[in-house]
Amino acid sequence: MNLHVPALGPEADPVRTTCPYCGVGCGVLARPDGQGGASVAGDPAHPANHGRLCSKGSTLGETLSLDDRVLHPAIAGRRVGWDEALDAVADGLRRTAEAHGPESVAFYLSGQLLTEDYYVANKLAKGFIGTPHVDTNSRLCMSSAVAAHRRAFGSDTVPGCYEDLDEADLLVLVGSNTAWCHPILFRRMLDARTKRGTKIVVIDPRRTQTGEEADLFLGLRPGTDTALFSGLLVHLSDHGALDARYIADHTAGFEPALERARQIAPDAAATARATGLGEAEVGTFFALFRATPRVVTAFSQGVNQSAQGTDKANAIINCHLATGRIGTPGTGPFSLTGQPNAMGGREVGGLANMLAAHMHFAPEEVDLVRRFWSAPRIITGEGLKAVPLFEAIERGKIKALWVMGTNPAVSMPRADRVRAALGRLDTFVVSEVAAGTDTVRARNAIVLPALAWGEKDGTVTNSERRITRQRTFLKAPGEARADWWILAQVGRRLGHAKQFAWPTVAAVFREHAALSEFENRGSRDFDIGGLADLSDAAYEAAAPVQWPLTRKAKAGERRLFASGGFYTRDRRARFVAVQKPALADATSDAFPLRLNTGRVRDHWHTLTRTGKSPRLSAHRAVPFVEIHPDDAARAGVADGDLARVRTPHGAAVLEVTVTPGAQAGMLFAPMHWSEANTSDGRVGALAQGAADPVSGQPELKATPASLTPEPYRSRGYLITRAAVPAPHGWWWARAIVEGGSGLIFASQEGAAEAALLMRELFPEAAFSEYADPARGVYRGAAFRDGRLLGALALAPAAERPSWEAAKAFFRTQELLEPPARRALISGRAESAGSGPLVCACHTVGLDVIRGAVADGARSVEAVGAACKAGTNCGSCIPEIRELLAAALAPSPA
Amino acid sequence: MTERLVVIGNGMASLRFLERLTERASGRFDVTCVGAEPVAAYNRVLLSSLLGGEVDEAACTFRGLDWYAAHGITLVTGAPVTVVDPGARIVQVGEGLVLPFERLVLAVGSVPIRLPKPGMDLPGVITFRDLADVAAIRKAAVAGARAVVIGGGLLGLEAAVGLRRLGVDTTLLHVMDRLMERQLDHAAAGLVRDAMEARGVRVRLRADTEAVEGEGRVERLRLTDGTVLPADLVVMSVGVRPSTALAAAAGLEVGRGIRVDDRLETSVPGIHALGECAEHRGVTYGLVEPAYEQAEILARHLCGEDAAYAGTTLSTSLKVSGLPVFSAGLVDVPEGAEAVTWSDPAAGLYRKLVIGDDRLVGAVFVGDVGEQGWCKTLIRTGDALAPGDRDDLMFGRAPPRPGAAHPLAA
Repeated sequence: MNLHVPALGPEADPVRTTCPYCGVGCGVLARPDGQGGASVAGDPAHPANHGRLCSKGSTLGETLSLDDRVLHPAIAGRRVGWDEALDAVADGLRRTAEAHGPESVAFYLSGQLLTEDYYVANKLAKGFIGTPHVDTNSRLCMSSAVAAHRRAFGSDTVPGCYEDLDEADLLVLVGSNTAWCHPILFRRMLDARTKRGTKIVVIDPRRTQTGEEADLFLGLRPGTDTALFSGLLVHLSDHGALDARYIADHTAGFEPALERARQIAPDAAATARATGLGEAEVGTFFALFRATPRVVTAFSQGVNQSAQGTDKANAIINCHLATGRIGTPGTGPFSLTGQPNAMGGREVGGLANMLAAHMHFAPEEVDLVRRFWSAPRIITGEGLKAVPLFEAIERGKIKALWVMGTNPAVSMPRADRVRAALGRLDTFVVSEVAAGTDTVRARNAIVLPALAWGEKDGTVTNSERRITRQRTFLKAPGEARADWWILAQVGRRLGHAKQFAWPTVAAVFREHAALSEFENRGSRDFDIGGLADLSDAAYEAAAPVQWPLTRKAKAGERRLFASGGFYTRDRRARFVAVQKPALADATSDAFPLRLNTGRVRDHWHTLTRTGKSPRLSAHRAVPFVEIHPDDAARAGVADGDLARVRTPHGAAVLEVTVTPGAQAGMLFAPMHWSEANTSDGRVGALAQGAADPVSGQPELKATPASLTPEPYRSRGYLITRAAVPAPHGWWWARAIVEGGSGLIFASQEGAAEAALLMRELFPEAAFSEYADPARGVYRGAAFRDGRLLGALALAPAAERPSWEAAKAFFRTQELLEPPARRALISGRAESAGSGPLVCACHTVGLDVIRGAVADGARSVEAVGAACKAGTNCGSCIPEIRELLAAALAPSPA
Repeated sequence: MTERLVVIGNGMASLRFLERLTERASGRFDVTCVGAEPVAAYNRVLLSSLLGGEVDEAACTFRGLDWYAAHGITLVTGAPVTVVDPGARIVQVGEGLVLPFERLVLAVGSVPIRLPKPGMDLPGVITFRDLADVAAIRKAAVAGARAVVIGGGLLGLEAAVGLRRLGVDTTLLHVMDRLMERQLDHAAAGLVRDAMEARGVRVRLRADTEAVEGEGRVERLRLTDGTVLPADLVVMSVGVRPSTALAAAAGLEVGRGIRVDDRLETSVPGIHALGECAEHRGVTYGLVEPAYEQAEILARHLCGEDAAYAGTTLSTSLKVSGLPVFSAGLVDVPEGAEAVTWSDPAAGLYRKLVIGDDRLVGAVFVGDVGEQGWCKTLIRTGDALAPGDRDDLMFGRAPPRPGAAHPLAA
C-alpha cells in the first residue's frame, strides 16, 4: 500500500501547523504516526482556537491516505516526467498567448492555496504572461464582503478580531450557519453567552442548528437582509442611537444612505412586510441592537452568495459605522470567511479585480507593481471574474486555463456548462492533489501533482487577519511538488529566470512582504513590512501574527478604524446607499420553489478531503434536499424519499429531508457531492450564475426550482472493501466507511438482480444471503476464507435499509464468527448499535445519547459526562440539545 | 369387570400408549402386550448412535420388565402374533397361545423395504431397522471393510455415518438428485451432503442400483450406469412399508396402512391401530412424533375422554452427524406461494420459510433449528404472520432494545 513517509521521527515534537478547512484558521499540532497518517490535536497556543478543533479538524488524520492521489505528472492520461510536463505547460501558455493574445490565458485559483503559491501565480499571470484573467473560488465565497469592505473602508480590511466575539454583548449572525461551518468560533460565542450573557441573534431564511441555538431567530425571506438592516439604520436614526461624532469625524455619505434606507424600510412595520418577519420580532431585534453598544454582526455566505451581496454587507456595515461600533472591543461587522486562505489570496491580489497586495488599477499602483516586479507585461485593468471567465471559455475567447487546487466542474454555478466548457480549451492545466475530481476527469488535462496539507509549507491568513504557518510534517509523496515551485518553473521556462528564482518558500514570502510595504507609507492597509526581512530560520519558526504589521510596529494591529483612518483618499469611511433588495430570478409556475445551497457540518467542499474520513462521512452520507412539510405534502414526497430537483440550469436527484426548519417555499441542498461520489447529486449544476454587479459573486442560494418525486422500486446499500463502480441505472452516493467503501443506492431492481450482482462482484466468494423475493428484500454478504469482502442490502424503497449495523462489521479484517455473520445478514446489530452518528469527534451515535438521557442526563454537560458526546468541538451540541428537549418534554395528554 | 386389552407390538408407539393408558386408568384394563422382538420396547431412534458406538445398548432401553409387571401388563416378547380373529375376539400368538380381547390395539410398525433387484438376498445385504440389524452390521463392519448404504433418507444417512464412525469405508447411494428429498430442498440437501462428506462418507446421487453381486455373499454392487462398487456389506435403507398383513388377513380395511378414523379405530369396532402401521386420513407416518401423538389420543379415548386425532404436521427434526436439520410442512414452493431464504453454506446454515397467503406452510432449517417449535405451531394453526415474524422466524426474536443499560451510559 502506498503510504506517506513522515518528515520527522516519532520522538520529535509535534509540528505546529494550521487547519486547512474553514477561515477560522485553527492551530493544529500534528504528529505523524509512521503509518502514513498522523495524530492531530488543537494547538493550545494558537489564538484562534486555544487548543480546540471541530469534527473536521479532529479527523484530519483520517484524510491523509494516498488513495486517489495524483502522484506524478501526466499529459492526457500519459505519465510523463516533470520536465516534459512543465515544457508542455509553458509551450501551451506561450503558444496560446502568441496566437490569441495574452488575454486568451486564464488562471482559476483557490482559497486552499498558500499565500506564497498565490503570490507566484498572481505575479506570473499579471506581470509576465500579461493576462488579467486571474480569479479564484473565493469569488464564490466572500467576494461580496471584499467589495463591501472596499466600498465602505477603501480597503479590504476586516476591522475586528476574534476576541471581539468573546467580548460582545450581542452577536448578530447573518446568513451564517456558524455552528456547523465555523464551529470553533461558535464555541467562543456560546462561551461568551455563558460568561457574560451575550445574546445571539440569528438571521437566516433557514432555521439551521445555529438558529436553534439563538436567543432570537429571524427567519426572513431570502434576499431581504438589506431591507432588515435598512430598517435598522432608520430605527437607530429615529431613536437617537447614532454616534453623531463618529459619523461627522470619520465618515461620508450618511444622509443619502439613510434616505435610501428610509425608502426601503421606513419603520419596523415596513421592515416586517419587506422581510416576511413579524413586526414584534423586528422590533425586538432593533431594540436589542440599539441598546447594546457591544455588538458584532458576523456574516457569511448567506450574505455573500447573492446577486445583492455587496449591498447586504454594506447595509450591515452602515449600521456599525452609524453607531461607531467598529474597531473597539466587542464591536464591528465581521466577515467569516469560508476557506483557510481566502484572506491570503486577497492579500496577494489573486482576484480578477485586484492587481496585487491590496492594490488595484490606479496608474500609480500599476506602475508601482510593474517596477517592483520588473514586469514586462503588467496588466492595467480588471480581468474576468469567475462566472464570466468560464463563459469566456465556453465562447472560445479563453483558450488556455490553469486550475489550481479547486474543482470548478462541481462548485461553479451552472456546473454542467462549466464542465462542458473545459472541453473547449486548447491548453488545460490542473494542479491537483485528488485524482478523481470532476475537473480532472472533465478533459484530457495536463495534470500536475501538487502537495497536500501536511506536505506543503507556507502561510495562510484567517478571518481575523492572522497569518499562520502551515508546516510540513509528511514527506512529499511520489513526484508531488509545491505549487509555488511549479509556477516558478513555468515562469523560468517562459524566459523570466531572474524574477522566478526563489530558492525557498521563505524567499517568496519575503518578496510578498516587501511588495506590501513598497512605497506604502500608510497608504494601504495591507503592510507586513515587519516580516519582509525574516530569515529562513525565523520564517520557519514564525508564530501567528496579525496584519497590518509595519516595519516599525512592535506587533500587529488587533483592531482598526476605532478612530477612523480609513483607506479612502479622504480617510473617511463611506456609507453606501443600497439598492432595494430583489432576487435575481423570480419563481414561476414551472419553478415555484427556491433552492438554497450550502454546507453540512462534517463535510468540506467537494469531498476530496473529508470524503476520505469514515467518521466525517457518517453524519450525512447522501446528498439531500430539505423541504418544508407543507411543500413536501404538496409535492407528494415524504421524509427519506428521493426527489428530482430541477432548475432552468440542471437537475439532481436528492434524498428528501422534511423539516419545519425549512422555510415554506424554500429548498436547501448541500453542494458537496460530485460525479465522483454520486450519480445524480451535482447541486452546483442547479445554481444560477446571476452575479452581484459589484462583487461578481453569483447568487448560489436562491435559484428558482421545482421538486417532483423520483420513485424507485428499491433502496439499499453496498459496502465493499475497495470501491467498486455502481451498476448502471442506480441512483447512488458513495461514502467511505471504516474498512471499506459504501454505496447507498436506489434501483428499479429486486432481490434476484441483487443476488446476481453479488456474484458478479465477488466471483470466487462464499455467500451468506437472505432473500425474500416476494417482498423485494435481499441481504447478502460475500466472504473469502471467512473474511468479509462485501455486503449488499436491498429492500422496497419505503423501507430504506440502514447500514449502521452492517458498517460495524467492516471495521475488522478478522474472521467473522457465526453470530456475527448472522447479525450482519439479519440486518440487526450483533450487540447494541449506537445509532446514527451525532458526535463525529468521539463517534457517539443517537442511541447512545438517548441512553444517557434515559439514564438521567438532564443537560448537555451531563450527556457529555456520560458518553463524551459534544465535549470536543461542540458542533453537535445543538443536536444534543434537541434530543434533550424532545426526551424531557412532557408528553402530550 | 376389567376389559381385556391386547396390544400387538412393543415398539415405541406401543410403549408410549401403555404409559399414557396406565397413567390415566390404572386397573381399568387387563393389558397384554405381545412383541415380536426378543426384548422390550427400546429407543429405535438411537439405533444409528448405537451403530456408531456412540451409545451402548443400555442407553436404548426405556422400561425394564419390572415396570410392565408393576403396571399389571403382561408382556410377551419374541413372539409373533399369527392370527387376529375379530369375530371371535381372539388373537393367536405363535402356535399355541390364544388371547381373548374386548379391545385390540395394533402397533405392529413397519417392515423395511428390500429393492426388487437381483442379489438382495445375498448374505451381507442387511436392512437397518432393529437391534438385530445393528448387531449384524456391526459384525460385518470390521476394519477395512467397504460398505455401501442404499437410500439417502434419514435412516440411510444415519447408518452411513454410523458405519463411517466404525472406520468402515462407506459410500451412500441415493437414486434421487438430492438427499432426503421429502424433507429437504436442494440447498438444504446440499448442506447435508456437505456434512456427510465432511464426515468421510462418499455420496452418490442419481445412483440406481442394478444388482448386488457376489459368490455366496456380497462382493460388489452394480449401478445401472455400469459403475461397479466393491462392497463387503450393503445396508438397505430405502424405506419402510406399514405392516398390514395381519390386519388384512383379519379382514380389516387396509390401504397403504391399516385404516383408522380420528379415534384411531379400524374398520372393526374395538380394534385400533397406531404408529407406523396405521393409515389416518390417507396418511401413514414413519416418524416417532405422530406415533406418540396417536398414542396419547388413543389412551385418552380408551379412558373415556373425548379425544380425536387430526393428523400430525409433518415435521422432521434430527441431527445428521451433529448437524441439526428441521423440516416441516411443504418443502417445495407451490404455485402462488413464496419462499424466504437465508443461506450461509460456509457456516453450514440454511433456512427456508414457505409462505402462502401470508401464512407459514413450510420450513426447512439446517445448522440451527432454533425457531422450529414456533414454525410447527404456525404451520399447524395457520395463523397469519405478523409484521416482523418473517425476520424473527429467520433470525430469532430481536433482543430488547438497550435503553438504560447501555454500557457507555453506565
